[in-house]
Amino acid sequence: MSAGIIPPDEQVRTRLSPLGYPSNLLGPRVTYADVNESISSIVLRDRAPAQWWIGFAVAFCLLMIFFLAVSWLLIRGLGIWGVNIPVAWGFAIVNFVWWIGIGHAGTFISAILLLMFQHWRTSINRLAEAMTLFAVACAGLMPLLHLGRPWVFFWLLPYPDTMGMWPQFRSPLVWDIFAVGTYFTVSILFWFLGLVPDLATIRDRARKVWQKKFYGFLALGWRNSADHWQRHQTAYLLLAGLATPLVLSVHSVVSLDFAVAQLPGWHSTIFPPYFVAGAIYSGFAMVLNIVIPVRKIYHLENLITERYLNNMANVMFATGLMVSYGYFIEAFMSWYSGDIFEQYMMTYRVFGPYGWIFWVLMLCNVLVPQTLWSRRIRCNPFTLFIVAFLVNVGMWIERFVIVVTSLHRDFIPSSWGSYAPTLWDWATLFGSVGLFLMLLFLFIRLLPMISISESRELVAEPAKANAL
Amino acid sequence: MNEPKIFGIAAEFESHEQLVRAAKNAYAHGFRKMDGYAPFPVDGLAEALGKKNRLPLFVLCGGVVGGFGGYFMEWFANVVSYPINIGGRPLHSWPAFIPITFELTVLGAALSAFAFSLGLSGLPRPYHPMFNLPEFERASQDRFFLCIEADDKRFQEESTRQFLESLAPVRIADVPQ
Repeated sequence: MSAGIIPPDEQVRTRLSPLGYPSNLLGPRVTYADVNESISSIVLRDRAPAQWWIGFAVAFCLLMIFFLAVSWLLIRGLGIWGVNIPVAWGFAIVNFVWWIGIGHAGTFISAILLLMFQHWRTSINRLAEAMTLFAVACAGLMPLLHLGRPWVFFWLLPYPDTMGMWPQFRSPLVWDIFAVGTYFTVSILFWFLGLVPDLATIRDRARKVWQKKFYGFLALGWRNSADHWQRHQTAYLLLAGLATPLVLSVHSVVSLDFAVAQLPGWHSTIFPPYFVAGAIYSGFAMVLNIVIPVRKIYHLENLITERYLNNMANVMFATGLMVSYGYFIEAFMSWYSGDIFEQYMMTYRVFGPYGWIFWVLMLCNVLVPQTLWSRRIRCNPFTLFIVAFLVNVGMWIERFVIVVTSLHRDFIPSSWGSYAPTLWDWATLFGSVGLFLMLLFLFIRLLPMISISESRELVAEPAKANAL
Repeated sequence: MNEPKIFGIAAEFESHEQLVRAAKNAYAHGFRKMDGYAPFPVDGLAEALGKKNRLPLFVLCGGVVGGFGGYFMEWFANVVSYPINIGGRPLHSWPAFIPITFELTVLGAALSAFAFSLGLSGLPRPYHPMFNLPEFERASQDRFFLCIEADDKRFQEESTRQFLESLAPVRIADVPQ
């Protein structure tokens, strides 16, 4: 481990930019050998640290709860959930939008920051991309489970079936299938393509036969030749360029599921940008919630330096302010529209039976992030973790407010109703967290969670590593 | 045709600058069938070795196929094969077909970027003569290699070895076939 090579006082000391921000991307005097060793040893070592086992055990239990909830759903049907008319979209859709939003930060980090030559993505992009995949996997399950008959989910896909029917391509729900499907596919290709050279490194460092075979198989025979690298880099850049509009389009399409409907509280033109900002907001919060403990447990402070935390906090804060602006405009437009139903919806969202949830949302998503004006809070892993956690909770609540409060009181009082989640709703939510964490823990154990080849690039070109 | 006994001769370097310099030298010396190996993408190495890259063209084709194919699918399904008249609205409502056309353009381009970046490099390919070189493990860690292959027109064991020695590498080794 590199921590042994570098004197402790130098580890702590961080170079500051003229504005007072930490500016190092790598710890001082990090070499190729340090990078190779500190990242690949996490994968190749015999025993995982105790914290990993504890986390894995928790994730495993939650995953079992998920299996239980899904099995019971398949046996008994949707009646076990709290959904009914008028609130036909309950936790499943809230969870769907929340999970898919979380995924966006991974793509933002790996694609948009790559195109903008932001080298501070290097140590976090792999982990963030993995997070994207697992979050999108959790997200994709939600609408499928909500279908009623999930086993015929393939009816959603266009194929020449015996019923002679085709999907209605004018429907945002069908757009959603294509948007999420494309997003998942492109994310997995991007992630795997980035992994191939690192899998070759792991293959070459492995000493056990099964490890050599396993990683050798996954590395596809990668030889690090100039030919390989040239095509790899071109493909990587092109995939980044292709994934960039996806960051903006996927959540826009998700928001159209709502905005195309005529329901007060949904039918709004601000939804696409407001949803995208919210997605990146919650995604960065989730990356921080993952990176901060991982960095501590695996002693990766030399690779994931304070500068990463500070920059991620800045992005989270900026998108948080955009989301706050979205809340403000939503309220303003419902008043300014002069539309009685819009005004009524907004009043009841804030002061109605679900009003307290709205105020928790304001607390988590608008007030708490204001602490990020302080650099001490941004650079302190502990406080930053807490803020990010509350933002994640807040973003889940936001989707709850949008889905439930809009649905429960629409145009005609005779069709009003209320919604309360059942035990199985909660089990599905926390169970999906279990699925996410389970995949994440397996990823951390089995694959290099930081890009080794990109870190070597930073070692070779210190100018990049310490650029402001 | 006599089989060459070795795949090529490889020189090992300590830094990427040395490797690029060596590659330029070798190209100027007339060698063409050669390859550089580095643990990260080195700027200018492929150009120094005279490598060409046609990947962007394939990706463009993939995107075009995806886009046109996607639009055709929607048009065929909702206009020809299964038309539904909803209040007399036009069947060929192209603005509603755009989101899926866009998504499938991206999907086609991305799939071809992935498939061709590996396929044009001849991957997956589990075995390759370079792996016979024991030190080659370090090409994925901290060393840089230049290998001049035996089927290059100017390759002659003695003179090529001398040429590689003139580049001052850490080590020179024959790569067994």
